[in-house]
Amino acid sequence: MAEFVDGYLLPGLWIVAKILMLAVPLLILMAFLTLAERRIIGAMQMRKGPNVVGPFGLLQPFADAVKLLFKETVVPTGSSPVVFFLAPMITFTLALLAWAVIPLDVGMVLSNVNVGILYLFAISSLGVYGIVMAGWASNSRYAFLGAMRSAAQMVSYEVSIGFVMISVLLTAGTLNLSELVEAQRGMWFFLPHFPMFIVFFISVLAETNRHPFDLPEAESELVAGFMTEYSSMAFALFFLGEYMNMIMMSGIVSILFLGGWLAPHEMLPGLSVLAPIFTWIPGVLWFFFKICFCLFVFIWVRATFPRYRYDQLMRLGWKVFLPLSLIWLVLTAGFLVYTGKLAQ
Amino acid sequence: MALNASLRTALLWELLTGMWLTLKYMFGPKVTLNYPFEKGPLSPRFRGEHALRRYPNGEERCIACKLCEAICPAQAITIEAEPRADGSRRTTRYDIDMTKCIYCGFCEEACPVDAIVEGPNFEFATETHDELLYNKDKLLANGDRWEPELAKRLEMNAPYR
Repeated sequence: MAEFVDGYLLPGLWIVAKILMLAVPLLILMAFLTLAERRIIGAMQMRKGPNVVGPFGLLQPFADAVKLLFKETVVPTGSSPVVFFLAPMITFTLALLAWAVIPLDVGMVLSNVNVGILYLFAISSLGVYGIVMAGWASNSRYAFLGAMRSAAQMVSYEVSIGFVMISVLLTAGTLNLSELVEAQRGMWFFLPHFPMFIVFFISVLAETNRHPFDLPEAESELVAGFMTEYSSMAFALFFLGEYMNMIMMSGIVSILFLGGWLAPHEMLPGLSVLAPIFTWIPGVLWFFFKICFCLFVFIWVRATFPRYRYDQLMRLGWKVFLPLSLIWLVLTAGFLVYTGKLAQ
Repeated sequence: MALNASLRTALLWELLTGMWLTLKYMFGPKVTLNYPFEKGPLSPRFRGEHALRRYPNGEERCIACKLCEAICPAQAITIEAEPRADGSRRTTRYDIDMTKCIYCGFCEEACPVDAIVEGPNFEFATETHDELLYNKDKLLANGDRWEPELAKRLEMNAPYR
């Protein structure tokens, strides 16, 4: 009995506690991200955005959540209910799952696996399933066509994301995310890989179905894509899944290109005066700032650009980003071999 | 020239200028009216909630000519009238269905004695339909409540009528 408690129960509970300590702040961040998006887009369009519910509108996300909870869930006739409700859950869960390997600080990671980047890539690819299942289970032509569209879009941009990731991990010489961040000490990867940083960020926009690639949803012209038949909490799960995905992808961008938890003074000699302050700020906060910056750019892009046409989207993915990232991969590999810096 | 253009494309120049513009606007002044706390200006001709006015001595203006009822394109007004004890002709019933009304202002233009007017009030939303079926008492009460403003608006608009 004692062996069971010490060997399994307590470690199990500790893991659950750690998961909660990570998941709960993430969910809160997601709630406020929905508000931040509305406030920032509002400000960029010379509006104020929601500012009445609570101080600065801070309680707006909770008001929205309550509203969605009390709405009726409509299940379309002829849909397959199990898959219909499984789809939003999958989308939402997958966005949370990725955080299992994302390191927040030195040693501050749920599971420090050696193939973390592959795991991330796999999880972000699985997101397509939620969408395809939603479109198929809705038994509606709009949802089905929307799902086809989004699936094609996400699959196309995953290719270039993969190649960019390979360039980065060739430079770092590791698949372990913590080591990958440590490899950026002195030089964050967005500098040597700057074109790929841009390509990656734009691909991430397409991968998370955000503006200007939000064709799956396209509220003003294409019904609502795969979400057409969803209402109430099932819809909310998709909606929140999109925001969780944004946070997750911002995390990945920060890890791959922006040096994760590293403070900026090591990279910029001019900032060495501030080094005591910068090292005093914990790494988790640096990571948080970087995520917030990425999220801001997500929203900023949404407020700025019009939507891509579908053929333009495909052209950009296959005829611009894919060759570009492939060439860059060859260049990176060639440079590393030539200078003898390639990890053995 | 072609080189220049393709360089601009490759450097995402247009995209960056666009993003710079939105960033500037983010810190610029906002045009939103903080509605319940601040309100926009209203023209003296604004056609809001109806009111039946009285003369300064308290006598109601309406003489039951039924011109408003006749002109109302939405047929929202219902009037019944009979001579009062002192022999003057007055309405016994003056109803406006505010849910039928299209706020065209014909009633106040038709009125020969400026009795029925559309006031500056537009915040009279209710929770039930019945509350929007105004009767004579409600309209007269509106008139008493808004009279200072109604008189001012009529005076301001008088030169143009």
